Amino acid sequence: MSSKDNILKAIRNQFVESVPLPSLDQDWIDYEDRVAHFAETLESVGGAAHVVQSMEQVQEILSQVPQYADAKKCVSTVSGISANVDLNTIGDPHELEDIDFAVLQGQFAVAENGAVWITDRDVKHRVIYFIPQYLAFVVHCPGDAASAIVSNMYQAYEQIKLTGEAEFGAFISGPSKTADIEQSLVIGAHGARSLHVFLVENQTP
Amino acid sequence: MQVALFVPCYVDQLYPQVAMATLRLLERLGLEVVYPQNQTCCGQPMSNTGCWDDALPLAQRFLETFAQYEYVVAPSGSCVAMVRNHYDELLGGQPGFNELKNKTFELCEFLVDVLKINQLSGSFPHQVGLHQSCHGLRDLRMGSCSEIVGPRFSKPKQLLELLDDIQFSELQRDDDCCGFGGTFAVSEEAVSCMMGQDRIADHLQAGTQILTAADMSCLMHLQGIIRRENHPIKVMHIAEILAEAVEPGSMKSVAVTEAGKS
Amino acid sequence: MSSTQDHPAKAKAFVANNERAHWHDKALWFVREKRDRMANSLPEWETLREVASEIKSHTIGKLADYLEQFEENATKLGVHVHWAKDDKEHNRIVLEILQSHDVKRVVKSKSMLTEECHLNPFLEKHDIEVIDTDLGERIVQLRDESPSHIVLPAIHIRKEEVSETFEEHLGTEHGNSDPKYLTEAARGHLREKFLGADAGITGVNFAIAETGGIVVCTNEGNADLGVSLPKLHIACMGIEKIIPRLNDLSVFLRLLARSATGQPITTYSSHFHGPLTGGEMHIVLLDNGRSDLMGSNEFRNSLKCIRCGACMNTCPVYRRSGGHSYSTTVPGPIGSILAPAMDSKANKSLPFACSLCGSCTDVCPVKIDLHHQLLTWRGELRKRGQLPIDKWLPMKVGSWVMRSPSLFAMVGSIGRFFLRNMPRWMIYHGLNSWGKQRELPEAPKKSFRQLYNEQQKNKPQAGDKNNE
Repeated sequence: MSSKDNILKAIRNQFVESVPLPSLDQDWIDYEDRVAHFAETLESVGGAAHVVQSMEQVQEILSQVPQYADAKKCVSTVSGISANVDLNTIGDPHELEDIDFAVLQGQFAVAENGAVWITDRDVKHRVIYFIPQYLAFVVHCPGDAASAIVSNMYQAYEQIKLTGEAEFGAFISGPSKTADIEQSLVIGAHGARSLHVFLVENQTP
Repeated sequence: MQVALFVPCYVDQLYPQVAMATLRLLERLGLEVVYPQNQTCCGQPMSNTGCWDDALPLAQRFLETFAQYEYVVAPSGSCVAMVRNHYDELLGGQPGFNELKNKTFELCEFLVDVLKINQLSGSFPHQVGLHQSCHGLRDLRMGSCSEIVGPRFSKPKQLLELLDDIQFSELQRDDDCCGFGGTFAVSEEAVSCMMGQDRIADHLQAGTQILTAADMSCLMHLQGIIRRENHPIKVMHIAEILAEAVEPGSMKSVAVTEAGKS
Repeated sequence: MSSTQDHPAKAKAFVANNERAHWHDKALWFVREKRDRMANSLPEWETLREVASEIKSHTIGKLADYLEQFEENATKLGVHVHWAKDDKEHNRIVLEILQSHDVKRVVKSKSMLTEECHLNPFLEKHDIEVIDTDLGERIVQLRDESPSHIVLPAIHIRKEEVSETFEEHLGTEHGNSDPKYLTEAARGHLREKFLGADAGITGVNFAIAETGGIVVCTNEGNADLGVSLPKLHIACMGIEKIIPRLNDLSVFLRLLARSATGQPITTYSSHFHGPLTGGEMHIVLLDNGRSDLMGSNEFRNSLKCIRCGACMNTCPVYRRSGGHSYSTTVPGPIGSILAPAMDSKANKSLPFACSLCGSCTDVCPVKIDLHHQLLTWRGELRKRGQLPIDKWLPMKVGSWVMRSPSLFAMVGSIGRFFLRNMPRWMIYHGLNSWGKQRELPEAPKKSFRQLYNEQQKNKPQAGDKNNE
């Protein structure tokens, strides 16, 4: 008998009373001002949120971010943001090791924890979310900024539609961090050292 | 209303003034209090050590001794928790057991939930540090604990707050364990004593004059450290505070008799 | 590593360094307080715990079905799913995958399961270099120690000691113990390891039956970097990590980081559905005693554990005795339940490394009745005849005495007499563990029973109800 059969048999031999699966649709927290709560929470985890009306404004703000302005190598997967490395021409992801700044698409944001949902659906190398020194996400909002922000994680998962094909997705909340040395918080462990999130209002993605 | 006094074994032997205070307080509140002479120990030390076989005859004796009374009240959250939360394994299904479980109360619970005491005339002009004994807190839910999200309350504090002129210590850790833990106090002596020393340090920084709790076992451990280290903190069971406040001088005779050499 | 362990002795050694034990206690209490602030920021906290517990109960009841569903869906996504009965089989499977890809260097993110299986030494024996990439785990690995906490592996190590370790291994400045500087040094050192790795190994926080995906949570981004550069990803998980639905994650991700470190969510909550384009992904499902635990009505609930570590942060014993005092892969309250299930004789002191304060039970995000299970373990040890005589004999004698009120009264008064009248040196000696740092109570001359009966004699109208 294979280990699989052995394990399944061992499990099925145990009598465990079955209990129903609870409903997830409960009275979860809803924030009156999702934009403010998101911005506040993101700030508390080391990131920064910006509500803007156009991609030009994103570019303008970025130009004043020293890490972007001084970046030698920059990747962007968002149209309207200038960059000097085209992800699609890179064959081996290891070549991305010296990317200084990346501006990437975020799908939507979560107020309760400051996270942005990202996927690698149209991104050739998923490591681009983790390897750059500094990072910015651009989230297109169909209406005002609140239209791209859900209050809680239940609503967040209701938004996620998987394709059924191989894919990667993540909630990313702020820049990479660690507190493994004496509980001292240090920003910039292995991933990005900073994270800007732009909520661009009235944009069709 | 008739109440049977359940006096934990170590209180009977080592802290008779605590049981006496409980008795006086309940009588003062107009209750008919009896002390069933057949009681010994609830069996908690045995069950906490895993020796359920040794606890069983004691649980059986407890049921036989107390089943006939209207209420059973003890100045100990821990021993009441044994009856209410752990006797099921020993006595589950026996006639009278469910009734016994439901009519056995820790003193503060009894005063707040059954007697619904909302005023006490008495004064206690001291700064009191309330130690929240774990079994009362988390097994009997005599108060809200810091882990659970919800409304804040404390039955022992609610009672103490009825007294005039009383002040409370603001602790850095509201409900960290004192480290008594029954046989834990001996088998894990090093950790147990460090836990106790840390609690006392918290009370010292808060300016506690009188350290109190609803369980004498925690206080026995803490008092042992206080006396060894000569700290300026006096230890009183909450029954002693309440009895002394509502009937000033009533506890002195007992205390003098007990502490003094005859 | 199942040699006979003695928690009190190791705890005593840890406590002996009083300053350090207090430093350790404060560091963990700081995390506990952060957790409290986060929990209190959600009015639905207790509902979340309840729902999480129910999801886990339901899943355990249908575990075989969900495992099969998970395998089917993962396979559709192009994942290779393996089943391992025990640690040996687990390690063999991982080794075979690595060898078939000619892997020489592996980067691994935090996985308590690979610690449980002692995968690192096994792979190293087969000439495969394994680098732990979580900063805390890397510190511990360089020092040739084991993690002392499941979420904060290096919580027992001071920054000065990290500085010494990094100076030796990474060439950092002598005497510079600034956490920022040391973290930056580790970042540079581990970047090279990420770039040079042939494969990445991760643990699994949750595996979704409905989609065949797995979720890995980190703050550092080390799991993601580790499996997004090399083409080969191996994920190792215990069979209890399954959850039925994608949206069940909403409940668990809301609880996990808040309980673990007091963050609203981990920085990275990565959902892997299938391999990288052109890559390969393997998932190894491990039983290793879990199916046995399922059969136990008393201890089944321990399988609900999501490894947040909150029970360790809150445990007044763990905080003061340090994770290594438990001598197990998973220390603290949950470890003291899991370890005896694997080997009750070797771990018999662990269910007693607990004052039964119950804080762990109330802090647990999936509502495992931890302190009740520890109490139940004590009874189980007694049944198995594994309690030492100094624990059970006093209870037997005590029970015998307490069966008779008159015997109890007599023994009590003799005891009090000696306590009052014996010279101090006869009471406070090496065998009196209580009296090492504490005074014994001052013994009164009379018990309550005596006082009460005297009082009743003086008040003949009262006390007629007394029996006996």
